[in-house]
Amino acid sequence: MQKVMQPSLGERISRWTPQLVLVPTLAAAFVYVVIFSVWTLWISVSQSTLLPNMAYGGFGEYAALWKSKRWIVSYQNLFLFGALYVLGSLFVGTLLAILIDQRVRFESVWRTIFLYPLAISFIVTGTVWRWIFHPQTGVERALNDMGWLSANFDWITDRDMALYVVVFTGIWHASGFAMALILAGLRSVDGDLIKAAQIDGASMPRIYRKVVLPTIWPIFVAVTVVLLQFAIKTYDLVVALTQGGPGVATTVPAIVVYDLMFERGQIAQGAAAAVMILAALAIVLVPYVVWTSWRDRKQGAAHG
Amino acid sequence: MAENAQQAFDPLATGSRSRQLRSKSIVYALLCLFALLYLSPLLIILMNSYRPLAEIVREGFISGPEALSWRYWVEAWGSFCLAGSCEGVSRYFNNTLIMTVPATILSTAFGVVNGYALSKWRFRYDTWVFGLITLGVFLPAQMTLLPWAFVLGKIGLSNSLAGLVLVHTVQGVSFTTLFCRNYFVAVPDDLIKAARIDGAGFWRIFRRIMLPLSPPILIVCVIWQFTGIWNEFLYGAVLTSGSNQPITSAIVAFSGSGTGERHYNVEAASVIFAALPPLFIYIIGGKYFVRGLTSGAVK
Repeated sequence: MQKVMQPSLGERISRWTPQLVLVPTLAAAFVYVVIFSVWTLWISVSQSTLLPNMAYGGFGEYAALWKSKRWIVSYQNLFLFGALYVLGSLFVGTLLAILIDQRVRFESVWRTIFLYPLAISFIVTGTVWRWIFHPQTGVERALNDMGWLSANFDWITDRDMALYVVVFTGIWHASGFAMALILAGLRSVDGDLIKAAQIDGASMPRIYRKVVLPTIWPIFVAVTVVLLQFAIKTYDLVVALTQGGPGVATTVPAIVVYDLMFERGQIAQGAAAAVMILAALAIVLVPYVVWTSWRDRKQGAAHG
Repeated sequence: MAENAQQAFDPLATGSRSRQLRSKSIVYALLCLFALLYLSPLLIILMNSYRPLAEIVREGFISGPEALSWRYWVEAWGSFCLAGSCEGVSRYFNNTLIMTVPATILSTAFGVVNGYALSKWRFRYDTWVFGLITLGVFLPAQMTLLPWAFVLGKIGLSNSLAGLVLVHTVQGVSFTTLFCRNYFVAVPDDLIKAARIDGAGFWRIFRRIMLPLSPPILIVCVIWQFTGIWNEFLYGAVLTSGSNQPITSAIVAFSGSGTGERHYNVEAASVIFAALPPLFIYIIGGKYFVRGLTSGAVK
């Protein structure tokens, strides 16, 4: 009787085991997600300069940030890069997925070739493409040596064109990812739908445009959200490829954060820039999360 | 009969024979073109890691090789001078290995247990716990750089590989918990209920039922964590320096600096060393790599 009323220590522990095993992760996640974010948020409104000084200093660093030309250029670059990178990766990824969907031989070989860039770091990707794009070592040099002496391909050192080099390299790296997800989507489309359209006499490109691709639009949304996230966090690729140059032509927000925090000793302004990156991510992710949970609930209601 | 049904599904089997032939050749031509574009950086860098420096300087990277030699690989691995020490890239390769392997094992182990607890032992507010953990997936590294630098300094792990292991484990657990929880949700609850009625506890069910079902998701976690941590750059660049850097920072340190004489062939070989382990993992586990992508991305 006594035993039923008061379970032994061992029994009590075993009853709480599922919660106890989560404690280390929960504690780490709380520190990492909540404390660290609040901390950085606080630094951004503190009087910190080279060293942390946690006295409140107001929102002056945000104002200074949005007045600095470098930051504005980096934000403009992010918009242009993000838009072209996402659209380009979606376009190339869709094209490759459709090509592979044509019952080609050696399908896994093609997939492996188009997806391997994703396994390679941005640092390696950027370093190799820098050599290829650089006029002294890359394409221009090869064309000159082949006898086309007036060949000119110096985008990477051209202020107006360098960002497109970053876009190209980004697409090279990410389009395989878009391909893999879109191909999985194409495979999930009901075959009868395609057959019916074929019987109606529609041509293949038309069937893809009008029937197949519209039915997998949620996958396009998902890929877009993931790629936008990559774009907002882009750092390594630019460091290895152009280091933000020439001048500030390819500077992106993450590079400004690093410079402010660790090169110029303006950690409050660096933290403010980091908060702006978080805000950009939230603008992309929050609507997506709300939308997916709304859709799941609607689906659940429809099934129930 | 089955073959006929297959034929009817073939998207290119429409129209006349000549039209079919034409569309087939367009498909393969485009695939070959893109394959060339995707493979060319790999081929170019591989070729130049064998070419003498004078030849690269004279003709650039894109040019047929004349004299080939293994020398630059040996030099890149063992004797190339970088940041004042002449140990080659091997030191940084080992640094990355020492950082990546424990962080991968730890984050995967925690993730599997967390995923099991969150999916099969539901409790009040468990979705909030899961939500908080997965927020770590999306938090940009920039928000955590200063706090990490401070915390690692306080606990005596600044500029150390142990510090990077901690950082990558904490960050990685968000991913592995997400993967494993979403995988275990599909395991029928009745299986667990039956085992509980038989008197099995949390760990017994884990060992006897969940773990035998886990290999696919374990492989996804290991591949995802290994390649992600191996390729990571920002934390390594901020939290370590000198001879404690991971290989990605080392590559930037010597190939990014514009001063001095360039050693393109040795640099090319070093870049290959940096790319080889994740590439190897990708080639042998490609199927699981794609599965990790889809489950991580669409959720």
